Amino acid sequence: MNLRNSDKQFGLVSIVIHWMMALLIVGLFALGLYMTGLDYYDPWYKTAPDIHRSLGVIMLLLLIFRLVWRQVNPKPTPVDNDPEILHKVAEWIHGLLYLLLFVIALSGYLISTADGRGIDVFNWFTVPALFPSFENMEDLAGEVHFVLAVTLIVLAGLHGLAALKHHFIDRDLTLMRMLGSTRSLDR
Amino acid sequence: MKKRFLVPLLAASIVAISAPVSADDYVIDTKGAHAFVQFKISHLGYGWVIGRFNDFSGSFSYDETNPAASKVSVTINPTSVDSNHAERDKHLRSKDFLKVDEFSTITFNSTSYEDKGDNKAVLKGDLTLHGVTKSVALDVTHIGAGKDPWGGYRRGFEGTTKLTLKDFGIPMDLGPASRELEVFVSVEGIKKK
Repeated sequence: MNLRNSDKQFGLVSIVIHWMMALLIVGLFALGLYMTGLDYYDPWYKTAPDIHRSLGVIMLLLLIFRLVWRQVNPKPTPVDNDPEILHKVAEWIHGLLYLLLFVIALSGYLISTADGRGIDVFNWFTVPALFPSFENMEDLAGEVHFVLAVTLIVLAGLHGLAALKHHFIDRDLTLMRMLGSTRSLDR
Repeated sequence: MKKRFLVPLLAASIVAISAPVSADDYVIDTKGAHAFVQFKISHLGYGWVIGRFNDFSGSFSYDETNPAASKVSVTINPTSVDSNHAERDKHLRSKDFLKVDEFSTITFNSTSYEDKGDNKAVLKGDLTLHGVTKSVALDVTHIGAGKDPWGGYRRGFEGTTKLTLKDFGIPMDLGPASRELEVFVSVEGIKKK
């Protein structure tokens, strides 16, 4: 398999990043819900948010790389028989997913850096606080972070259901192609 | 004999009756930030977390000849809690602690002021915190009073008390060392003209 995308196939880089981010997004959402419900004396009370912040930064870096990679690679054409309008809708949803991911990461960053402290990523590097804060910024950023995260998970769920529909109902190669299959559409 | 006492007695009683009228009203100088509402709570029993409320206002009246008539009222905006850590402040505003969405003010209205001499006093009042009103007593020190360099007249007090989080229905359990909160208030009032 090639590293780069072709007109027909996703390359290895796109595929690996897609599934890494899928895991990260679901993991971050679950971890976020879990950690905000922890008791003060829970051993994870301090560790879970540290991991969440670190993984969140890594997710953002992957997202930025992914958007760049997407720009400098061919876009594989759809392998289904859906009408053009559905392809447009799918593209809009994909764009919205990217936008949501970006705003969620940004709002999370703004919660943690609202007092000028940076974010330590696994004791590896520190992302400094770059923006001047305003009164109770952490509260507003927190609301945005939560509401958009729930929205994202719902949309990502639909995205996953759509992939399953392609596979099991339409019986096309949309899902298999994202799993690295190089089978051709000509059955 | 009796008549000789009557006149001074009358005069004295007039002074006594009119005394409360001469109480001066002061506005707490939050504008110039010569007033602080701070709290201190143990962290795990190993250290302290110190925080404050940045947004509050209040006034008091005080009469040197009749301190017992002193009155204080203070209103605090709980959203302005500041422990120098945004994520902790966010938590302090949440339902685990202050629940500021629902309980948007903290108020204190004095009910009595008992002068203990030597500039010490006990100030009692009703504190409404987290929607729960309870009588609390502050140990108060009258720090001083006099003209300021800018044409005003100022008077300052400090007070301390201890509050138990549970008494005010604050649900978060921070552990056995952290059930009580020490409060330190320092206010400077500018006399109203």
